[in-house]
Amino acid sequence: MSPPGLELDGITFEQGGWTLAADLAVRRGELLALIGASGAGKSTLLSLAAGFERPLSGRVLVNGRVVTDLPPASRPITTLFQEHNLFAHLSALDNVALGLDPGLRLTATDRRTAHEALSRVELETMARRRPGELSGGERQRVAIARALVMKRPVLLLDEPFAALGPALRRAMHELVSRLMRESGLTVVIVTHDPADARRIADTVAFMDGGRILLTGPTDSVLDAPVLPELVRYLDPDTDPGAS
Amino acid sequence: MMVGLRPLLWPGGLALVASPGLAVLALVTLLDAAPPGETERLLDRYALHVLAFTVLQATLSTALSLVFAVPLARALARRPVFPGRGIVIRLFGIPLVLPAIVAVFGVVAVWGQNGAINKALGTIGMEGLGPIYGLEGILIAHTFFNIPLAVRLLLPAWESIPGETWRLAAQLGMTSWPIFRLIEWPRLAEILPGIAMLAFLLTFSSFTVVLALGGGPGAATLEVAIYQALRLDFDIVRAVFLALLQVVICGAVAIVLFRFARFSLSEAGAGRVTRRPDSHGLPGRIGDALMIAAGIFWVGAPLAGVAISGLGGPLTDVLARQDVWLAALRSVLVGLGAGVVAVTVGLLLGATTCDLAMRRHRRSLADVLEIAGSQTLIVSPVVLGAGLFVLLLGHVRVFDWALPLAALVNGLVSVPYVLRLVSPVLRRTAAHHDRLCANLGLAGIRRIVWLEGPLALRPLATALALATALAAGDLTAIALFGTEREATLALLLYRALGSYRMDEAAVIALLLVLVCLAIFAAIEGLGRVAART
Repeated sequence: MSPPGLELDGITFEQGGWTLAADLAVRRGELLALIGASGAGKSTLLSLAAGFERPLSGRVLVNGRVVTDLPPASRPITTLFQEHNLFAHLSALDNVALGLDPGLRLTATDRRTAHEALSRVELETMARRRPGELSGGERQRVAIARALVMKRPVLLLDEPFAALGPALRRAMHELVSRLMRESGLTVVIVTHDPADARRIADTVAFMDGGRILLTGPTDSVLDAPVLPELVRYLDPDTDPGAS
Repeated sequence: MMVGLRPLLWPGGLALVASPGLAVLALVTLLDAAPPGETERLLDRYALHVLAFTVLQATLSTALSLVFAVPLARALARRPVFPGRGIVIRLFGIPLVLPAIVAVFGVVAVWGQNGAINKALGTIGMEGLGPIYGLEGILIAHTFFNIPLAVRLLLPAWESIPGETWRLAAQLGMTSWPIFRLIEWPRLAEILPGIAMLAFLLTFSSFTVVLALGGGPGAATLEVAIYQALRLDFDIVRAVFLALLQVVICGAVAIVLFRFARFSLSEAGAGRVTRRPDSHGLPGRIGDALMIAAGIFWVGAPLAGVAISGLGGPLTDVLARQDVWLAALRSVLVGLGAGVVAVTVGLLLGATTCDLAMRRHRRSLADVLEIAGSQTLIVSPVVLGAGLFVLLLGHVRVFDWALPLAALVNGLVSVPYVLRLVSPVLRRTAAHHDRLCANLGLAGIRRIVWLEGPLALRPLATALALATALAAGDLTAIALFGTEREATLALLLYRALGSYRMDEAAVIALLLVLVCLAIFAAIEGLGRVAART
């Protein structure tokens, strides 16, 4: 059996008294949704995987290779944030091209690659616009295009569509799942909304208080929740002790 | 403050009579005194030379300040946590409030022919520096003021960069140069023109530094030339002409500044902790450390020079002199007078701009009024003083009124500081409590006693302390109006420096700093105590 696309092995982390401890394995080419209340540690977990934070102990592996000691730029991982994914003074095309060369020294091939990536997210006509002239959804599509040209096998999405309306969010989810199938990406998406997870995720991991309490196929996790914390998270009005 | 039906215009109107009103009166006086058709005689080689030198030194001062301030601010921004960082930021705040003539002494004590640097060079057998009087001295002193000012105005540019941007840079593998080019420079480019214009304006109107370090007519700015024409040559017509020239140029620069300035004068440098991908390397660490050390030296050495020379000077001789203590008393009186003027005018103006901005939805009119209160950037203290001088000449004996006039001019200079400290409190009160006050029927004097008074007491005390301390150390106005009989400490210090009595100057400089510090601490402390009870 091939190693997982992304694996967190015995990761621990501490910040101001708050602790996180997690194990997680995402199969190659799988889309895993990380759900849980705010403050559960979802974003911190992604930061640890991407290398923005350093764990106290444990290993991060991508396709079986240990990347724990690599800086973010050297890891085969790319992250999309909720906002500030783009540089406001650069055109959409230049923002994409930053993924090819961080100093923007571009060859003709680079430019072509960036244009192709923009057309894959259906923004080929917007190449010259700056982020300020794009809608929120278009800005995130530019960031996705940049993630595509970076050709990193793992894509982490830290609630990048949370600020978009429901219809637009659904469209973005469809775009992401199409692109990940085309490029064979391993994807982890953080979301507040269980409905989002149900629509796109193969697997769901539920976090609470800095721990991953449950991982499993989306339907079985969400349809018949047993774990009291998960029941409370999915429907705070029910009392799990009553039934 | 009442939430009346009609806008609260009278306080602002009263303030405008004082602040731009006096300036306009001064300008009209100057225009009136300017004889028609004499511009050809007046725009002679001397005037052109002065104008050229003023522009040259202001341009060089500004360029040098920014060339060093940008990498220094970047080094401080890249090191948000190191022991003593807070002290460095505070050190960079000192030149903003240090009496200019004291700074001049500090610069001479370090860089002068008999200064610390030359002594150090001498002991290792190296040839010393030449005299610093002239352009070199002026540039050293101006960068002493403007590098820390620019650093403090620049630092917020880094603090406004969101954390995600640094993560993005880390993820993309950006190194130091792309980070500067793509992340930092675009933010700096927004605020640098405004900071450059402010620095240009301040150095263009520089009086004390140029007067004390210029070393002769070869190195005079317009401001100094106005003073010389008025006080040394008694050429009123020339003084008037130079003053008008000064106003026209400063006005043009200031209008551009107000239009384009995007920086805020807010307190900066708390050092939000960000994780930059380019701050780990050893060369970067060494470079930043050297840059910060150079900044500390540039600002700290003249300050240390003042303290060390003062303590090592003839303390008992100088402090036993009655004229020194009388001068200290006059400095305090000028300071207090100026403080009262500044706070009164600032409060009146603040009341009206608050009413206009918060209750009448006339924010732009309020902005115009606040800019009008800052007119001393355009009509500089020397020009204002020259106008008053010419106005009063022939009616009263100007020199008998030296201290009140100096207090008045200095007070008007500090109005913008008062506005900046008090305005936010008034506006916040209006925003939070207007409805409640209307409900309770709390209005007029009772509202001021129960609401604005207690809330504004602290910032008011700080404003009064600042205006008082700044005026107590000022040389500009007192040089214009003062005489031997009415000398303040700043004037005594200038005279001692001018006749190379450096030992005496050292003690007076230290005394002046201590007097200013004591006034500031006393008023600020009183405000704190009063606000608590």
